[in-house]
Amino acid sequence: MAARDMPNASASSDQPVNRIQPTRIYRHRLPTRLWHWVNAVTLLVLLMSGLMIFNAHPRLYWGQAGANHDPAWLEIGATRETGFLRVGSLRVETTGVLGRWTDRRGVQQTWAFPGWATIPTRYSLADGRRWHLTFAWLLAIALTLYMLWTVLGGHLAKDLHVRRGEWAPRHIWQDIRDHARLRFPAGEAAARYNILQKLSYIGVIFLLLPLMIATGLAMSPGFNATAPWLVDLLGGRQSARSIHFIAAWLLVLFFLVHIVMVLLAGPVNELRAMVTGWFRLPPGKEGDA
Amino acid sequence: MSDLILPRRRLIARAGGLALSLPLLSACDAINEAPPMRKILSLGEKMHFASQRALTDRDALAREFTRADISPVFRPNGTRLPAGKAYAAHAARGFADWRVAVTGLVARPLSLSLADIRAMPQRSQITRHDCVEGWSAIGEWTGVPLRHVLAAAGLKDGARYIVFRCADRIGDADYYESCDLVDALHPQTVLAWSLNRRLLPIANGAPLRLRIERQLGYKHAKYLTGIEAVASLDGIGAGKGGYWEDRVDYEWYAGI
Repeated sequence: MAARDMPNASASSDQPVNRIQPTRIYRHRLPTRLWHWVNAVTLLVLLMSGLMIFNAHPRLYWGQAGANHDPAWLEIGATRETGFLRVGSLRVETTGVLGRWTDRRGVQQTWAFPGWATIPTRYSLADGRRWHLTFAWLLAIALTLYMLWTVLGGHLAKDLHVRRGEWAPRHIWQDIRDHARLRFPAGEAAARYNILQKLSYIGVIFLLLPLMIATGLAMSPGFNATAPWLVDLLGGRQSARSIHFIAAWLLVLFFLVHIVMVLLAGPVNELRAMVTGWFRLPPGKEGDA
Repeated sequence: MSDLILPRRRLIARAGGLALSLPLLSACDAINEAPPMRKILSLGEKMHFASQRALTDRDALAREFTRADISPVFRPNGTRLPAGKAYAAHAARGFADWRVAVTGLVARPLSLSLADIRAMPQRSQITRHDCVEGWSAIGEWTGVPLRHVLAAAGLKDGARYIVFRCADRIGDADYYESCDLVDALHPQTVLAWSLNRRLLPIANGAPLRLRIERQLGYKHAKYLTGIEAVASLDGIGAGKGGYWEDRVDYEWYAGI
């Protein structure tokens, strides 16, 4: 253990022992760093162009078919004066943000998502689709390569593999409590991913992103003829569209938590690590405990 | 690229006093409109077209449904009633004199009445119509597979695309669409005169519309007046193969 290099729990913060050079570890290999940033840009473009596509028909259905005369489980719309979001029977007024908002020229618009959230900023289903369908390729190709590298290159076995002890409910609960109290591991423990990190990274790489691609393809009438089982497996084309929308927001949720964690864990060190690969182990006040 | 960005910058400078986010949003739109970016953004369509053609059997069928799946209302879109006296007169006579011309690179140009079309082999199919906007509706279509019509006319060797001429105008131009021969000769590509076992309603394209089941709704040209076999789409409309393709840059290949 590297505990001897670390200030121990009894050392108070004003003692010189805290100024020991932090241990640097090579944490992120090049494929991880490359994929991380390509993916960050790709997902942002896909989200914003996806919101533009959603604006063309801001209603979601379950099953194979669904149009204006069919019941929608989610809807963003406008009344004469307000904008609203309706999910099932729950209706929330969203004037100014969703359904009714003012564009940068001061004109009232009634598209579902506002111009600052879409690509392009003015309504264009055609351009939104161009961006979305092109960047979807970047997502799919980069993800496929990264998944292969993760499995074959040892990233999965070395960093993401959940060890038997980590599955214990007590261990997971402890990690949730540590996160909630913003107690982050220091020293050697900070070099490894904790159980929540492992599960969220595995969930995003091997479940959520493939689900985005599968539900996206299931909306394609051409691909439906190629692989009819896919659209049936997902419960029909409109179900696939609904799942695509929900999974997109789960990715947004992941992104928000990810950003909060980076900010709390030390944004400079975390960002530097994702650019150069080198991560400084935070010298812990509580040692390796 | 700079021609596009500079005037915008000037515009923003003139507007003055606007929020900080505005230059960023304008920059995003300038990127969207820059010619090199448009080239990159058309890559997606080309790759989807190539991969779907490579992965899909040319006669692989779109999913067909049962009568229980038919949507209670089949929502029309685009033109719901073509303007003009000529169409109104046809509608008043129950389209008895409607003709569809089969022209271009064919051995035997044809002028088909609806009776001629109904006398040819028919196909009925219950399929899902997927609009580019995102909604879907299921309906039962009956009509003649286009390949029988093309066989009757005899496609010449140079023919590579089929162009569909329509009676409806949107704004200042006639609606039209086109597809390649893989889709034109596909067994489910049908000139339909019936929806849900009734004569096709005017809002859905009476008296005759195209069904091209592996592509999005805007490819399914309504109010058909002509079918033209061509070697190239250049010189037709703005050359991109369809009304919306020419105007707003919708994908010509709408299989995705």
